[in-house]
Amino acid sequence: MPIGGKKQSPVAVELEEAVVVSEVSGREWDVSGAWNRMFESRVLTDYSYAKGLGKIAQLDGGESLEYCYGCGKCVPVCPVDLVSEYGPRKIHRKVQTGLDLFSADELWMCTTCGNCLRVCPKGVNMIEIMPAVREVSVGDAKVPDELQGIFEKTFRYGNALGENPRRRHAWTKGASVPVRVLSSDPTPVDVLFYVEDYWSYHPRGQQAAQAFSRTMTRLGVDFAILGAEEKTVGDSQRLAGEKGLFDALVEDVTATLGKYEFQRIVTPDPHAFNALVKEYPKRGFTYDVLHYTQLLSPLIEKMNFVNSIDKKVTFHDPCYLGRHNGEYDAPRRLLKAIPGIDLVEMGRCKENSYCCGGGGGGMWLDGFNSNHLSERLSERRVREAAGTGAEILAVCCPYEVSRFEDAAKSTGNEHLRVVDIAELLDEALGGVETI
Amino acid sequence: MKIIVGMRQLADLVEELEVADSEVDIDRDFVKFVSNEWDEAALEEALLIKEAVGGEVVVVALDEPDVDQTLYSAIAKGADRAVKIVGVEEGWTPTRLRAQLLAKWLESEGSWDAFFTGVQAADDLDGQLAGLVGATLGVPHAAVVSKAEPEGSSLRITQELGGGTLAESIATGKVVLGVQAGRQAPRYAPITRIRQAMSTSSIEMFEAPEVDLGPGPKVRKIYPPQSKGQATMLDGDPVEVAEKIVELIRAKGLVR
Repeated sequence: MPIGGKKQSPVAVELEEAVVVSEVSGREWDVSGAWNRMFESRVLTDYSYAKGLGKIAQLDGGESLEYCYGCGKCVPVCPVDLVSEYGPRKIHRKVQTGLDLFSADELWMCTTCGNCLRVCPKGVNMIEIMPAVREVSVGDAKVPDELQGIFEKTFRYGNALGENPRRRHAWTKGASVPVRVLSSDPTPVDVLFYVEDYWSYHPRGQQAAQAFSRTMTRLGVDFAILGAEEKTVGDSQRLAGEKGLFDALVEDVTATLGKYEFQRIVTPDPHAFNALVKEYPKRGFTYDVLHYTQLLSPLIEKMNFVNSIDKKVTFHDPCYLGRHNGEYDAPRRLLKAIPGIDLVEMGRCKENSYCCGGGGGGMWLDGFNSNHLSERLSERRVREAAGTGAEILAVCCPYEVSRFEDAAKSTGNEHLRVVDIAELLDEALGGVETI
Repeated sequence: MKIIVGMRQLADLVEELEVADSEVDIDRDFVKFVSNEWDEAALEEALLIKEAVGGEVVVVALDEPDVDQTLYSAIAKGADRAVKIVGVEEGWTPTRLRAQLLAKWLESEGSWDAFFTGVQAADDLDGQLAGLVGATLGVPHAAVVSKAEPEGSSLRITQELGGGTLAESIATGKVVLGVQAGRQAPRYAPITRIRQAMSTSSIEMFEAPEVDLGPGPKVRKIYPPQSKGQATMLDGDPVEVAEKIVELIRAKGLVR
C-alpha cells in the first residue's frame, strides 16, 4: 500500500455471473466466493490476442505494451495508481485479459508523466502507447465530452481556453513595461517569448507573464511576442490523441514563426518546450528553444535583488521540464539565488517528481477522472508540499498555479502560497514599484 | 431517406459585437463566424436517421464567412454532399431571403424526403427559417422538434408545444422540420477527418437566383441594450422582503 494511500476497493465484476440455476429444481444458487470456483481454469489463450495486445501493437507507437513481463516496477511510481488502480503493468494485464482499451475509461487516465518509463527494464513506453490508442478512439469520435470541447476550441481559436484570439496579448497592458508585438514591429529580435495559453489568458498566468516581462526588461533582454498571431504549440492536445489537430497547429505555428527573424524561442510552458524540442524537428522545423528558467539562470549575476523573501519554499518539478527533458537545475538555481529563500525538497522530487495531473490531456479531464480517483493528483501533491513545512510552493509550469491553488483550498492548505518562479524573481527584484 | 440540412453562420459571441457605422448591422469585419448550434442539432438528427435506415444527408448553406469549415466538418461527421449558395450580397441576410434562396435550391435539387434546419438562430429577425421554407415550397412543416425518428418511410416527430407539453406525430411524405434539439449532443468531428474532407471532397456551388421578397420588416437601427439603472435592493429578513415584493407587484398592477 502506498504511504497514506486511499486505495479504491476492487470492483466485483463476477458477482452477477456467479449465480447458477439448478436444471432440476429451478433454484438459484449464489456461488460467488465459493471455494471451488478457485479451480476454474482461466488461461490467457481464452482471450483474443488480435483484439487486445495485438491490435495495440499494430499501431505506430503502440508496439511496446506487449513487451511488459510483469515485473511491476512501474506501479508504485505511477502517480495515478496512488489514487486509483492503474499503472502500466495493470493496464497490460487488463488488456491481456480482455479489456478493450480503445473504449475504456482507463485510456484517458494516463497523464504521460513518464515516471513508469524511467524505471521500466523493458522500455514499455506509455508516452507513445497512450497517444497512439487515443488517436484511434478520437478518430472514431470516442472522446470524453470535456476533452471534445477543448479540441473544438483549440481548432477554432488556437487556444484551449476558447478565448478570443485577438485578446491574446491583453495581459501586456498590466506589465508596466513595453512588450513588443511582432506584427506591429517586425524588426529582428533576440528572444521570441512564446507565451502559450495559460500565461496569455488565465488571470494568475497573466500575472506571471507580466512579472517575467519585467524581469527580462530589467536584464536588458531584447524580446517580443507574437500577440494575436500566436496559437498554442499543441503538445497536450497531441498527447490526448488529437494528432490531426496537432498537425494543423504545427502548420499554423511554423508558418507564423517563418514570418519573423529571432534568435531563440523562450516559453514558460514545459509542454510547448517539449513539442518544440522533440516533435517539431521530426516535421522539419528546428528552433533554438529554451524554457524561461533556462534563459534566466545564466543571468543571475546580472540580477540586482532588492527584496528578501524570508520564506521556506519547496519546488515542484514539472514532468515535461524535468523527467522528459532533463532540466532540474535551472529552476533551483534561480530559487537559491533569491535572497532569504530556504529551499526544501519534497520526498518525491527531480526524476521521481510526482505529477500534478495536468499532462497528456489531464488538465481537461478533471470531471471525467473524478469518477476514478480517490483524490486529484494535484491534491496529493499539495499535501506533500505542505508536509515539508513550506509556506510557498514554487512552480514553473503554467498549468500548475491554477491546479495547485485549487488543491490547496480543497485540502485545507490555504496557507500554502502557490507562486511561479517568475513571480518570486520579480518580487525579489523590486516588482512593479521599482520598474 | 434523403435529408437536406440547412446550415448558417453566425457571429461568434466570443467576440465583443459592435454596431457598424451604417447602424443597421453589426460590424462584420472583426468578428469570427461559427455555425448555428441549432443547425448542428439538426445535422446530428439527420445523421442518426441515416445511420438507422440508410440514405443520404446533404448540407446546404449560403456563402457566409468561415462557412467552408462548417461544411467540411459536416462531411467529416458523415454528410454525403455539401452545397454552397453563392452570389448573395455580403452582410446580414434576412431570414425571408435565406428561405427563398434555399427553396430555389431545393426545387432545383429535385427529389428529397426531408429538410431539417435549426428552429432558430441568434440573428433571426423576421421569423423562423424552417416555417418559411415549408410555406414557400408548400411542404408540411413542424417546429421545435426535439426528436425525429424513422418509422418505415415516415418520420415520428416529437415537438415541444410549450408549457411542458410534448406532442408526437407521424410525418408521411416530404416534410420540413425546425429542430430544437437532437437525440444526442452533436458528435465530434476529428480534425484529421475534417482535413481529409478538405483535401478529398469538394463543395458544390449554386448561383443564387433573383428572388422577389415582397413586403416585410426592415431594420431601421440596431444598438446595444441601454442600461436604465432601476434596480432597487430590498433589505430585511425573507418574510419582510417577500411582503415588500408583493406590495410592489400590487402597486405596479402586475397582478389582478
